[in-house]
Amino acid sequence: MTTDTVARVPVTVTINGTEYSAEVPPRRTLVDFIRYDLGLTGTKEACSVGVCGICTVEMDGVIVSSCILLAVQANGSQLTTIEGVADGDKLHPLQEAFMNYGGFQCGICTPGQIMASRALLEQNPDPTEDEIKNWMMGNLCRCTGYYKIIESIQKAGEMIRLGN
Amino acid sequence: MRDFQFHTPSTLAEAHSLLSDYGEEARVISGGTGLINMMKQDLIYVDHLVSLQNIDGLNYIRSTGEGLQVGGRTTQQEMATSSVVEENNPLLTETYGEVATVRVRNAATVGGGVAHGDPAQDPPPTLLVLDASVHVSSKDGERTVKVRDGWFVDYYTTGVEEGEIVTGITVPAAPANAKTTYIKFLPRTADDYPTVAVSALGVVDGGVVTDVRVGLGAVNSTAVYADTVAGVLVGKEPTADLVREAAETVRDLCAPTPDFRGSAEYKTDMAVVFTRRALPRVLGLE
Repeated sequence: MTTDTVARVPVTVTINGTEYSAEVPPRRTLVDFIRYDLGLTGTKEACSVGVCGICTVEMDGVIVSSCILLAVQANGSQLTTIEGVADGDKLHPLQEAFMNYGGFQCGICTPGQIMASRALLEQNPDPTEDEIKNWMMGNLCRCTGYYKIIESIQKAGEMIRLGN
Repeated sequence: MRDFQFHTPSTLAEAHSLLSDYGEEARVISGGTGLINMMKQDLIYVDHLVSLQNIDGLNYIRSTGEGLQVGGRTTQQEMATSSVVEENNPLLTETYGEVATVRVRNAATVGGGVAHGDPAQDPPPTLLVLDASVHVSSKDGERTVKVRDGWFVDYYTTGVEEGEIVTGITVPAAPANAKTTYIKFLPRTADDYPTVAVSALGVVDGGVVTDVRVGLGAVNSTAVYADTVAGVLVGKEPTADLVREAAETVRDLCAPTPDFRGSAEYKTDMAVVFTRRALPRVLGLE
């Protein structure tokens, strides 16, 4: 990063129920703010142009790409990141399913896969395979483990429907 | 990304004033999905970003009986999932649902897209087909421009002038018995830019075409309204031969940029092919 030439501005967000404030240059992206200013490194960055889905976070109830949003655009918002998905020590059904059904291989895309599929299952806990593919098409896995990701999402949906 | 100052006015009047003060050094930012990508890649430099995020009253979808009024800050995902939009104008639902991915649609706004003018975007061909109008405001007042009256000027250049903000669009209702479709050719991935895109509307009354409209995306430096199609088909009984003849007329409207999605010649051929596929759907031939 080069030297800042404009004044830093305050940004306050609530992430996973905790309020965070920091002063950042206006050009700070949301993903850099989350990772470098706040130290929440569960969210990853890869393509940096909103295509790969790895940096997916939930902002005010909907999923967004945190690499093509500015931190200042998120000022005052409620965010959920991968660190906030589990309920204490109890993993989210998606986290259980991704482990048990081979939903991740190298693991780098997994935070984004889980944040995206969590949003899908919240509005539709019984998606068809086509609905999963359509919703998840912007979340790339370069290990190309897509079948296992789809299976994991279906199994997590089952767990959610069974009340677990 | 280079440094810039970020302004968050809470009223349109404040935003107008900032845009007036900073002139060509300022850009309006709505969702930012297009603009921030360009800034990150140093394709454009901006000294002052004027954000619409704290301005209330720009996020709405209203049915007026004559059509839909949509606020500029309405997200493209809200357009894709609104029951009001689907009941009034399913072509809008279909088209906005095709934009990129859900993550992008959740941030990208209707007004931002219309101001941005990316020639491969999904909505512009449909907005041309539906004869939509864009509402803009500045410190000098408000004005309304029909998209068919040259709103899409050139590559990433639209009718929004320095100091102006897109506040919303109006989309007239489609004729009651219209059939519509939006199709695009995606040789790579489902969320990629299309090689070509075709939006179409048709009305057949008493066995005769009374209205037919085609908009093209990704085939020129802007979205294109193919007003040549109606001349071939209106007033006639639709047939496969007439569809073929009408589709052939879009060839001269194409001047695509060659890229890894196809050469200029290939994209032009595909524009004809996809028009030929879209027309039978909206003219009751399949």
